[in-house]
Amino acid sequence: MRIGATLAATLTCALALAGCGSGNDDDSPGTDPSARPPAAGELVIWADDKRSAALKPFAEKFGSENGVTVKVQAISKDQQTTFVTASQQGSGPDVMVGAHDWIGNLVQNGAVDPVQLSAEQSAGLNPNALKAVTFNGQTYGVPYAMENLALIRNTDLAPQAPATIEALVDDAKKRKIPESLCLQVGQNGDAYHLYPLYSSAGGYLFGTTANGDYDPKDLGVGKPESIAAFRKIAQLGEKGSGALKRSITPENSIATFTAKKCAYLVSGPWAVADVKKAGIKYDISPVPGFQGGQPARPFLGVQTFYVASKGKNKALAQEFVTNYVTTPELAVALYAAEPRPPALTAAFDQVKGQDADLEKFVAAGQDGQPLPAVPEMAAIWDPFGKAEAAVVGGADPARTIAAAGKTISAAIK
Amino acid sequence: MTATKLGGPVAPVRPAPAGDPGGGLAGRTVKIVLLGLTVAIAVWAAFPLIENEMWTGLAILLATTAGLLYLYLTPRHIPLKYLAPGTVLLLLFQVFPVLYTASTAFTNFGDGHRGSKQEAVVAIQTASVTQVPGSRQYALTVATTGDPASGPLVFLVTDPVTRQVSAGDADGLAAVPPGDVTVGSTGRVTAADGYTVLTAGQASLRSAEITALAVPTAAGAIRSSGLSRAYEGRAGRAYDEGCDCIRDTATGRTWTADENVGAFVGADGDRLAQGWKVGVGFGNFTRVLTDSAIAGPFFRTLVWNVAFAVASTGGTFVLGLLLAMALHSPRVRGRLTYRVLLVLPYAMPSFAMLLVWRDMFNTDFGLINGLFGSDVDWFGGSASARLAVILVQLWLGYPYMFLVATGALQAIPRELSEASRIDGASAWGGFRRITLPLLMVALTPLLISSFAFNFNNFNAIYLTTEGAPFPADNPANGATDLLITYTYRIAFGGGGAQYGYAAAISIFIFLIVAVVSAVSFRRTRHLEEVHS
Repeated sequence: MRIGATLAATLTCALALAGCGSGNDDDSPGTDPSARPPAAGELVIWADDKRSAALKPFAEKFGSENGVTVKVQAISKDQQTTFVTASQQGSGPDVMVGAHDWIGNLVQNGAVDPVQLSAEQSAGLNPNALKAVTFNGQTYGVPYAMENLALIRNTDLAPQAPATIEALVDDAKKRKIPESLCLQVGQNGDAYHLYPLYSSAGGYLFGTTANGDYDPKDLGVGKPESIAAFRKIAQLGEKGSGALKRSITPENSIATFTAKKCAYLVSGPWAVADVKKAGIKYDISPVPGFQGGQPARPFLGVQTFYVASKGKNKALAQEFVTNYVTTPELAVALYAAEPRPPALTAAFDQVKGQDADLEKFVAAGQDGQPLPAVPEMAAIWDPFGKAEAAVVGGADPARTIAAAGKTISAAIK
Repeated sequence: MTATKLGGPVAPVRPAPAGDPGGGLAGRTVKIVLLGLTVAIAVWAAFPLIENEMWTGLAILLATTAGLLYLYLTPRHIPLKYLAPGTVLLLLFQVFPVLYTASTAFTNFGDGHRGSKQEAVVAIQTASVTQVPGSRQYALTVATTGDPASGPLVFLVTDPVTRQVSAGDADGLAAVPPGDVTVGSTGRVTAADGYTVLTAGQASLRSAEITALAVPTAAGAIRSSGLSRAYEGRAGRAYDEGCDCIRDTATGRTWTADENVGAFVGADGDRLAQGWKVGVGFGNFTRVLTDSAIAGPFFRTLVWNVAFAVASTGGTFVLGLLLAMALHSPRVRGRLTYRVLLVLPYAMPSFAMLLVWRDMFNTDFGLINGLFGSDVDWFGGSASARLAVILVQLWLGYPYMFLVATGALQAIPRELSEASRIDGASAWGGFRRITLPLLMVALTPLLISSFAFNFNNFNAIYLTTEGAPFPADNPANGATDLLITYTYRIAFGGGGAQYGYAAAISIFIFLIVAVVSAVSFRRTRHLEEVHS
């Protein structure tokens, strides 16, 4: 009898607890739809911390206009991996906000769906941004902000924008500025920041196919052009003019510039807040190329709204991404959260009047190339960066780049 | 299993007591709440299992819960009552992850091979739907001929140019007479005779049906793009069950399913990006053994890895022990203050400290070169980089050794060393023959676990040198790389995440650490003879 009583008490207790539990956690609508019909559909959006804060008011507005619930959840770290893993488990969001170079990996994992923009919507976007989110002839997601590297200079130390990288180095030496150039290299290199110089010196990462897509089968690293490019880069290295050095790291490059130890900083829109805070008079111009070389082409990065393939509410997600994100007011609010040039032309025109830097960054990205979104790009970053660090440190360019090319092509197969 | 056997002989000794075994009302309440919690967790876990039709998991869940309820609601099996919670947690947090890792090692699980074949087919088909060239986008209203929650769905689409409204369902598109519909300023239908227009909220509840609905047309099918626009699209690729292949509808090219690699492979060896998870047998293991990028520098990395673990463990131990002995002497004043100060590095989050140390070793801007006026390229040379990471480990690790050594020293009776002093032993002799052996009895297991930890101390390398310096001709293997950082780069650095391969590598590392630990435990057994 007593055991029976305890068991009954236990089960009562369990039911009470389970009751509280399910009351708190309603995000599994599939469990019992007949007993508890939800009032409206739910849209879950994932973004990083800064953007989710900016998105919230607009998500709520979209929710109340359409009679649905919108949840914005901040993912602080490893957004791409978290998204892919959660999608596979069925616990992912309906809409994901992230960088455009994820596309290749997201597509091979079946994590995002293409979006079908109308001709007017496509025409309203910056063509470079639209090109960046186009992969295998499909548009995967709606771009809302762009970013690229530019040369930020301290106008007190260097009043004139240099025409070439050689002129920049000469100018800095003449003025006895401690560091010629703050371009982050670090112990293991930084392919993203080196790319403008590498492209100016004639190097390339992937060739392009007839329709303009990157062709992973044509790897440029290890080719004679890349070795020639690194010979030029070596002249700027520690054994050369010392403009590039491994002690300038991702952590200290902006800080060194704001401490006025260097007159020139190669960085993106994210650096401007720190520069302003330090009270430095600055100007922004395109990253200069080598004398007699090609123009320096920075990578274009594009922040994008994606529709998740395995989302529970895809129709609503498509509606939000294709018909709501393409309106200027959301783009302007996201600009206010973090000042990067909006991809939507209407929004860009609206904010460029109040922020002169924007147009300068866009001008610096005029020759830019979209960051390759092909999954094979993952194999480039690490070996390319290390080869850069080795060459900057004084290693033989030919041997180093040939080895990097071999490692990369082995990883791509 | 062992637990049940233990339960056998003990249980009869204590017959079911007549009184309350739970120790009164409080005990019983705690028991009821804890068991209630167990059942509640089981109920909570059961729903997703049922939803995903994972019946094996459900059976295990039911059996475990029933077993636990039986165990704690009957007065029998007293020893098992003590063993059960630990056993369940051991299974859950130790045995299951190990088995999961081992089973993953035999698959190609990773980027591009995460889901099932069915999911890959769906992904390929969805990704191939493109807008029919020259077609228009329509203003869309989702409607139904029945109840908004369950009636059959109809797409009311408005041609942007002619303003002609048509109603579409799975059977096709039919024009709606202009008199029967009201069209809003955006071109969307706001009301139509014979149809109930769904609000966005109502439509959002039937999202999956809306996404799935394709209204067939001559050139393709009209599909929704959100809730307010529709487009005429055509799938460029389709799965053909007959040949178990993907066929391009325009060119007729095929990619045949290859169950060995988990991908659709074309005649020229070209693979579609969307693959699926398949078993690859010992493929990952043979790849570890035959990959020249691993096998080549493996031995060198292993030697450095052992040296790093020995130096980190031994160095921190010697330093910690010296400080502990210095502060063990009652003649030192302010011992508490010293001890607090010495433990400080241990109280700081190690990952943040590792980043700070990395910046302190910077050649031009670092504190260390600044302080000594030196110009050492710390992470640029093999020897200096190795010295640097060991120095950092020393700083991070000695407080732990200091703490445990202090504790162990205090447990050794002072009379022992006094007695040896009286018998004429020198201070060093007393320490070497009496104190140290007694200390080692307590500290050896800690040293072995510290060795195993440092052997796999991923953060110590990854947050400081990231393996640098790298030889110019091999960007895959650096001078300070441990096996774990090196293999991490191989498994996750190049072709995206390769979990199956990474799992196989981690099994190899586990074997190495297990062998080293087993040998050390065996060899230190003689230390325990000091006690007997």
